[in-house]
Amino acid sequence: MAARRRARRNPGRILLRTVAGAVFVFLMLPLVVVFPISFSAGSYLRFPPPGFSLQWYERYWNDPIWIDATIRSLQVGAATTVLALLIGIPLAFGLTRARFPARTAIEQSMSAPMIVPHIVLSIAIYGLFSHLGLIGEWYGIAIAHTVLALPFVVIVLVAGLRNFDVNLELAARGMGASRLTAIRRVTLPMVAPSVYSAAFLAFITSFDELVVAMFLSGANMTLPKKMFDNILTEIEPTVAAVSALKIMFIGLLLLLSLRFRKGSDTPMTH
Amino acid sequence: MDKGADLTVAGIHKRYGQVRALSDVSLTVSAGEFLTILGPSGSGKTTLLKVVAGFETPDEGDVRVGGRDVTDLDPAQRNMGMVFQNYALFPHLTVERNVAFPLEMRGTPKAEIRTRVAEALAMVELTGFEQRLPRQLSGGQQQRVALARAIVFRPTLLLLDEPFGALDRKLREAMQLEVRRLQQRLGLTTLFITHDQEEALVMSDRIAVMDSGRLEQVGRPRDIYDAPASPLVADFVGESNILSGTMEAGGSVRLADGTAIRVTGEGPAAAPGAKVRILLRPERLGDAGDQPGAENQIAGTVVEAIYLGLSDKYRVRTAGGVELLARIGASRTARQYRAGEPITVGFHAADARIIEVR
Amino acid sequence: MTAGTASAGRSLRVAATERRAAFGAFLLTAPGLVFLGLLFAMPLIQLFALSVEGGTTEWYAKVFADGLYTTIFIRTFEIALFVTVTALLIGYPVAFFLATTTPTWRAIGFALVMLPFWTSVLVRTYAWMIILGRNGIVNRFLIDYGFIERPMTLLNTRFAVVLGMVHVMLPFMILPLYSAIVRVDPDLARAARGMGASRFQIFRRIYLPLTLHGIVAGVTLVFVVSLGFYITPALLGGGKVTMIAMVIEQQVREFLAWNFAGALSVVLLAITLVVFWLLNHWVARRVPPATGQGR
Repeated sequence: MAARRRARRNPGRILLRTVAGAVFVFLMLPLVVVFPISFSAGSYLRFPPPGFSLQWYERYWNDPIWIDATIRSLQVGAATTVLALLIGIPLAFGLTRARFPARTAIEQSMSAPMIVPHIVLSIAIYGLFSHLGLIGEWYGIAIAHTVLALPFVVIVLVAGLRNFDVNLELAARGMGASRLTAIRRVTLPMVAPSVYSAAFLAFITSFDELVVAMFLSGANMTLPKKMFDNILTEIEPTVAAVSALKIMFIGLLLLLSLRFRKGSDTPMTH
Repeated sequence: MDKGADLTVAGIHKRYGQVRALSDVSLTVSAGEFLTILGPSGSGKTTLLKVVAGFETPDEGDVRVGGRDVTDLDPAQRNMGMVFQNYALFPHLTVERNVAFPLEMRGTPKAEIRTRVAEALAMVELTGFEQRLPRQLSGGQQQRVALARAIVFRPTLLLLDEPFGALDRKLREAMQLEVRRLQQRLGLTTLFITHDQEEALVMSDRIAVMDSGRLEQVGRPRDIYDAPASPLVADFVGESNILSGTMEAGGSVRLADGTAIRVTGEGPAAAPGAKVRILLRPERLGDAGDQPGAENQIAGTVVEAIYLGLSDKYRVRTAGGVELLARIGASRTARQYRAGEPITVGFHAADARIIEVR
Repeated sequence: MTAGTASAGRSLRVAATERRAAFGAFLLTAPGLVFLGLLFAMPLIQLFALSVEGGTTEWYAKVFADGLYTTIFIRTFEIALFVTVTALLIGYPVAFFLATTTPTWRAIGFALVMLPFWTSVLVRTYAWMIILGRNGIVNRFLIDYGFIERPMTLLNTRFAVVLGMVHVMLPFMILPLYSAIVRVDPDLARAARGMGASRFQIFRRIYLPLTLHGIVAGVTLVFVVSLGFYITPALLGGGKVTMIAMVIEQQVREFLAWNFAGALSVVLLAITLVVFWLLNHWVARRVPPATGQGR
């Protein structure tokens, strides 16, 4: 009587998996495609590549314009990260720790730079910086990128601080720690994962940003600007090599930030 | 309304990876019967309920309702009403729409839906709450909505998954009686899941005690309490003293500390020399002075005295070092002991029973 | 009397402490507010001033008078709408899968969503050019297997632009949908199924209304950002699919037509804000905030 049963097949579930699988392929396809092209032995974009070579990596490495652009982007990204955290951390503390009039209004207005189209913000800042003579200066780009990165930084930090149990800080003060010591020894280590997330977001926002840089960089190109020009004017796949390097670089940063964030559930976004 | 159908589960096995959730579970619930699956958390009782409801497919075995094999049916086709642990009320629908949901799914005409929803809500005394959202109701009211929703489509079977867990004690007791009355009025075959033994004793026609994926014992509440089939059941249902000893000739058992007690309660036969375990319910132990005719008397010291209102509970250590729980009912004449005082407890030989022979 | 005075004194002291704390908190936000005021609000105000420079509305008149620009605005709107709907339709099943699968598959799935998300838009757009080009992967494949004889024009089409934009925006759709779906108690679906609901009915009657706030959040984000897209249409449209951001860029960089670019920007910003406000307003009315699962 007691026959072996097979689990009922669930057509809905199968359909769901198929659709999800197809979307995952769609999402990953462009990332995967870049690699074989970057190792192409051909002299222009062709698929499948006619043979294996490292020539495009060499060309990138030996071209001072590419290298300068890379260094400038790293510099701008680092400066943006530091600036966004210097402004964002106190801002997030202020928004989470006490009630004052207009607090909610300020918090809501923080996301405004995300809603305003980048092109609009770009030309607006371009107009301002032309007057100030900041065009072509790397720190000008960093300042403008900070405007774009700040909303992400504040949102992530505010979420992290809201999750943090203020009683822990109070307990530390009850045990004799000064206000500053309590923040330094208890609060900061516990919200550190959010700070890493915020830093990562700020860096990526700047490192990948094209539209603002297009207006502000002048002759001193950032990496995205150089890539954009190259895509428009060249048919050779140096950009593929640069893209492959960028994907690996971001992958590495992502792994590093995951290590830093261990043991916390702060989401990477929002 | 129609009488409920009978439910049979036969030879159910279910495992998750290495974990055996259900091992050869067979059980019959007669039409109109209220059967409780009682067990600690992780005993497999919820898995059994999910198998019956159709949310899990057993590895082996059948589920039959009214003689019809439903094992391969989707839950939607089984026509069983279920009340979930957290009620699972749809938070975006009003009380009325919640209760109407199963009828709408069955394509019942609108006018009929209206009358039957009203009927069901009247049955759980929630007339007038039709337009409220679940979050605007108290826990007890939410529970009633869940109940109305589970019976409104005249299911063949009512499944209740620890439905009283979230209620405070007073409300829980009221709801227990109300659910029981409703079930009897409608003649609904009911499978009830709980880990609360008191609840099981109060509500059930029969109780099935589960542990580690197996059925330990199935029986009427009184049988389960008075004649538990194993030390495990004895320990889980009610408070108990379980004493180990050796059988002697003439119906006596010699305990580890050397005391001999007479045991005549019903239980498995044991040959002299056999190792046995005996069950002694604490409320059957009394102050020896108040127990005329008690064959057994044991002297000891009160280790702990707990006042419980209706009774006093004493932890007594005998001279030989055996610990006993005694529950002595509060009466005007009952003497109160304090910790450290000597006490002699007595009990009838018929109140001690062998529950395990090794 | 004495006790009353003492407690009044204390509450005064408490109030003073609270005021100080509030002021301190406000001071912490000051640098950020000044920064955004100078580098966000002020430039935008200046841009607006340029668009009405000399007290004239002629630049706005030009935006609307010339059929060219209204066409581009409408096209931008259409593309953004199409991208949003596509992202919603393919994003919902993915979010649903992520919310209901085993932890291992969830981790893998999230990695597959987040890795592209972190990859630069430029890199991804370039990859689509490789995939869709005349000698690209798709054409190569179709020709090699004899489906077609001559390469199809995939690149420099509206299709390519939409595809590239959907790829960029999909994670922005999936994340809010996921967090809405994961909050729905799975017992609700079980309860509905036990009461006879089909899978489609469970979706339509339970999940759809309970995740509406997530849908609106995702739709808002994707639509609003799509309106301002520049890189993807510029590269995958190859000059044949013009969106409004490209026009604004061209007016400033090539023609130095600041006043007109300002007017175009203000109109784009206004459309964006209206869409944002409408969607938020609609959802605030339709979905009471407390409808979520015990949040």
